[in-house]
Order: sequence, then C-alpha cells, then structure tokens
Amino acid sequence: MMKRLIKGGRIIDPSQGVDKTADLLIEDGRVKAIGTDIAADGAEVFDAAGRVVAPGFIDLHVHLREPGQEYKETIATGSAAAVAGGFTAICAMPNTKPVNDNASLTRYIVSKAQEAGLARVYPIGAITRASEGAELAEMADLKAAGAVAVSDDGRPVMNSQVMRHAMEYARDHGLVVVDHCQDTQLSAGGVMNEGKISTLLGLKGISRAAEESHVARDIMLCELTGARVHIAHLSTAGALELVRRAKARGLPVTCEITPHHFALTDAAVVGFDTNTKMNPPLRTEADRAALIEAAREGVVDAIATDHAPHHEDEKMLEYDQAPFGVIGLETALGVSLTILHHTNGIALSRVVEMLTVGPARAFDLAGGGLAVGAVADVTVFDPDREWAVDPQEFRSKSHNTPFGGWRLRGQVVATFVAGNPVFLAQ
Amino acid sequence: MAFNRKDLLGIRELSVEEITTILDTATSFKEINERPIKKVPTLRGKTVINFFFESSTRTRTSFEIAAKRLSADSINISASTSSVTKGETLADTARNLQAMAPDAIVIRHPSPGVPHQLARLIDAAIINGGDGAHEHPTQALLDAFTIREQKGRISGLRVAIIGDIRHSRVARSNTHLLTKLGAQVRIAGPRPLIPPDYESIVEDSSDALMVCDRIEEAIEGADVVMMLRIQRERMSEAFFPSLKEYSIQYGLTLKRLELAAKDAIVMHPGPMNRGVEISSDVADSSRSLILEQVHNGVAVRMAILFLLIGAEGE
Repeated sequence: MMKRLIKGGRIIDPSQGVDKTADLLIEDGRVKAIGTDIAADGAEVFDAAGRVVAPGFIDLHVHLREPGQEYKETIATGSAAAVAGGFTAICAMPNTKPVNDNASLTRYIVSKAQEAGLARVYPIGAITRASEGAELAEMADLKAAGAVAVSDDGRPVMNSQVMRHAMEYARDHGLVVVDHCQDTQLSAGGVMNEGKISTLLGLKGISRAAEESHVARDIMLCELTGARVHIAHLSTAGALELVRRAKARGLPVTCEITPHHFALTDAAVVGFDTNTKMNPPLRTEADRAALIEAAREGVVDAIATDHAPHHEDEKMLEYDQAPFGVIGLETALGVSLTILHHTNGIALSRVVEMLTVGPARAFDLAGGGLAVGAVADVTVFDPDREWAVDPQEFRSKSHNTPFGGWRLRGQVVATFVAGNPVFLAQ
Repeated sequence: MAFNRKDLLGIRELSVEEITTILDTATSFKEINERPIKKVPTLRGKTVINFFFESSTRTRTSFEIAAKRLSADSINISASTSSVTKGETLADTARNLQAMAPDAIVIRHPSPGVPHQLARLIDAAIINGGDGAHEHPTQALLDAFTIREQKGRISGLRVAIIGDIRHSRVARSNTHLLTKLGAQVRIAGPRPLIPPDYESIVEDSSDALMVCDRIEEAIEGADVVMMLRIQRERMSEAFFPSLKEYSIQYGLTLKRLELAAKDAIVMHPGPMNRGVEISSDVADSSRSLILEQVHNGVAVRMAILFLLIGAEGE
C-alpha cells in the first residue's frame, strides 16, 4: 500500500473552497485525508512548506502533433512539457495527421500516453470527418474509445446546419462541442489582429467580428439544440460579453482564455517576430483588459494554453507565411500568476480554480479537486519564485514561445499523478 | 552627420533630421546625373545586391543606376517565389546572402517585415525596396525630394493621397514622411480600400492626417495630389464594383483637379493605369511631375547608398 504525505503546504482547492495550511495524505493513488499534523506513519514525505499544494492542473487545449508531425512534438515530449508545467491532464486536439476522427486513432493516442506514463492525455475527437466540415465524425465511437469532447479546432465548422446537427448529436451522446470561433471568410488571409497595428505593418488583419459573429452563432445554436458548447481561446471583449450574457441566461456555455492573450497585445507584432503569430491573434489592450476582468469575475471557466508546437525552421519564415501558434505548457503557470495574480491582484485561489476545477467541470473530467477519495493528481508550486524563461530548457520539442527571456513569478515545484511524482524541479 | 544607421527599413523610425540629411545629400548627387559623364568613384569596390522577390522595373533599375553612378558593383537577383515555396527558411536566405559579402542589399518582398527580419541576421546594410503593404521608404523620400524641389518646402503643404491605401506601401511611407515634415495629409478612396484606423498610424494626433469620405474633400485646396495605382485584381476581391465606376468616382480628371490649389502638382508612383485612376490629360499636363519623380529617384537612392555604406573611411 503506497502512501505519500505532502506536508505543510498551503492547500488551495477551489472545488471545496479550501485555502489553508495543512498536510495532504495520499494512499493508493487517491486522496486519503487533509489535516494538520498528519503522522508520516511509513508514508513518503514531501515537504511543501511555503508552497501551494493544488489539484493537478488541467489543460483543455493542447496540440500534441502525434501522429503525423512528430518532428514538432510527440505525445511523450508533450506530456513531459505538461507535467513540468504542473499539468496532470491535457486534452489533445484532433488536428493531427491524419485527423483524430475515428476510434482507432483515439485509442492509439491513449495507448501512447500510457506508454509515456506522465500526464493523463484525454483525446478530443473531430466534429466532422477529417475536420472537413461536411459529414459528422463517429462521435459515439470516439467517445467509447476515450474522447472527452469533439472539436474541429483550427478549422471551424462554417456550415451552420452541419454545426447544428453536430450539436444535436453530441448532446445525445454526452459530448461537449468545442469550437474555435472564427468566420473563416471574414478572416481569410488574415495573420494578426485587424486594427491600428495591422494597418501600420501592412499585414492582413483578422477582425474581432470574425470571432464574435461565430461565437454569437454558436450561442444561438446552443440555445436551439441544448448541447454543451465550449468556446475555445476567446480573445475579444465582445466575445466575452456574448458568453457572459449566454451564461446569465443559463445556457450551457463554457469558455477558456490563453495566457498569451491576457499577457500580450498586437503591439508585440511590431518587429515581425513570428512567435507573436497565433490564431486567434493577439488583440488590443482593451481586449486584454477585458480578458483579465472576465477572469477575475468568473466568466472564464478555464485557462488553456493552446500549446501549438512548430519547428524553428517553420517559424523562421516571412511573417505572413509562418504557421500560427505558440507553445505554452511550461510557461502557463508563471504567466498566469505574474499577470493575473501579481500584477492584477486576482486571488491565488481564483487562478488555481481556472487551472483545476474550472476545466474539469467544463469537460466532466476526473480530478480538479482534492476531496477525500479523489484521484491524487497534485501540483505543488511556489507562487513567488522568480525565474527567467529560457526556451532551450523546455521539455517540449519546440521552442516557439513569445515569452523567451521574460522574467516570471511563480514556478512549479512538483507534479504528482495518482500520487506518483512525475515531475520534480531540480 | 545626422545619419548613423546600419539599414534603411522604413520611414516610421526616421527622425526629421535623418530625413533632411537624406534629402540634402540627394540634392548634391542630383547634379552628377546632369553631367555628361555621370559617374563618381565614391563607392568603388563596394558591392550592392538588388534582391527582388517581386517584379519591378522602375525601382530595381533606379537602384542599379544609382549604384553604378557611384562606381559600386551592383548585382541583380530575382526570385519569383517566397522562401517557403522554395523550402528554404529566411535564415538560410540570409546566410547565403551574407556569404557573398555584399556591402548593401536592396530587398523587395511581397511579405511585410522581411527586410526587418533579414536585417537582424545580416551584417550588410539592408535597404527596404518595398515590403508588401508595409513601407517603401525610398519612394517616399524621392516623392518628398520632388515636392521640396518644386514647392521649396514641405511644412504647411496640403497633400492628398488617393486610391488603394490598403495595399499601398507608398501611401504608408509617404504618410509617415510628409506628416513628420509638417504637411497635412488627406486620404481618400473606396472605403474597402482604406485600412482600419488609418488616421491613427502617425504619432501626431492633431489633424496632420485625415481620412476623407469623398475624393473631392481630399483634393480641395491641395498643393500636391498623389494618385495610387489601382490593381485590376482587387475587383474580384469585391473591394469596388468596376474599373468604370472607379474611374468615375475616384479618378483624377482635369475637372477634379480644379478643386486643388492653383499651382497644385500631380504625382504618381507608377505604373499608371491611364483612364482609370488618372486621366491622360492630367498625366501629361504640365502639372504632372511623374517623370521628374523617376528622375529624382536615382539621386535619392545614390544618397541613401552613400549614407549607408559610403561615409566611413572616405
């Protein structure tokens, strides 16, 4: 019987409203007890004094690139990056090559993740076959094989009737529909936020309307179908307002925001660093401020990284030719704490909520809390430790981060999955 | 000397002093172009590569002549494809150019920012010969040179820039340069061809830059009317209905030109679509400085080459 005692940390578990200094006892991969002065009694002791002990972080939005683009990332390297960033569970988007639109591919991902033995990897299946936006993927089959949600991330379903049917079908099979909201006709050719900076740089813009009109459509379809809809990586003030109103009306809509969208604006594109190119694009200061306020007041369910590895050779291209996307697993906590907590005063427990129980509830995932009997996925972090981001030190195969050289405050100390240490700093 | 840069990437980052230095230097070089023997040894032994990823006759030839009149060796490389379609990264492109040990590289590329990206990787002076819809600094400098020569000043002038602003690097570079030197710039064109927030791209928040709803409003009282080329393929992207309607609504005719100041001059960066954005009677009138712009381009580019790679050790 394996026992582990995480001793003397500040336990922050928003799922139970817990924020206190206590010991956490783990037995057989599950939380056995939370209390003061729990005796070691043969348990392996991890000293967490001065650190925060939180449920393992959950990232709803990761691109692992396997199968098909293993030169960018593999399930093993992506999992290693995840646990180094404090994530004990990650949801893998289906835009692999081929697209994860069938049960055998889903099973392949699950088995590769088990082989890696680090983070829990939850595949997200495609909404439509090959994510081509026409015929529905075999969602029930995908779910039986382990898919936790469906999405055509990166290739939004433009045909509203197809999307409606997808939502109706997904609802009956208990799947959340995750949408990358973007009217791809309105955004055609765009490489950055449309506005003053795109005009200045002569780069083609992606208007806020391209995102917001699609969010509005999805909310209407959510109301029409009753399906659970999760809006991925919201980036504009207007899109947040739409979600806020939908939630106020009781619709089953959830949403996520990314660290890069609340840390950076389109001003970062001046200089043409392709690590500032992602989709949706970095927006304006007003949008960034709205994201931070929405995070504070609770409209945002989850912080997700949209971890999108690309090889250096692919990113070292003309700005308008380079692929969209940046990695984020290993900087998510540092950026979130630096921007949301240290700079904008959002409570530590609220930041932890968006990394744990928030995402767990959005997709009905195990974990996200440390109630007695829950799986013992635990992240221990130092909320104040300063560190400099050196992309060459990442576990990820790729280095395409906009945060290289940044000094961040807040760092992961240890990550446990089912009570076993899968990452220990230094 | 008020010019101490490795590269000329755009107008936006230049100071008024730097711009004035370039224009003043060009004045002294213009005289060389009027001599019977149009050559000086200033850049002997220097190598200038003209690296053009987009077709260009005017700009490339102008740079080539400018280099030759300063006795530099100039080499033209044309590439019809971007590095990505060749399977080469920009870094590889940069390393290859660097290996040839040029002193200056003039680069034209359809993607905004390529000169800036290359400048970080290459020791040679990079001159932006036009990058997508971003900047075309040498065109703006030769336009300013021409205006200054004709009007004796730039400050206080009213300049109308008309046409496809969205896709125009010339409009952006001229907007920066003319407002920096104290002119008032008025923009007009079909609204789909005016990029969002255009009036906010200059630092000066006063009325130095205005976007007008109608071409007449922009031209009224103008000292300079600058027409931009309209590309036919924009029609298929639904930016405006037809060339016929464009010429009626936005073309410069003698009648419209009457709204401008009595001594207004007309400019066009070329190549012109006669009968579309500009009528032939305007283009060929005494008000038109279109060929003078081309003529001055050589002197301005000589000045830029000299300031970037000629000043040291001479």
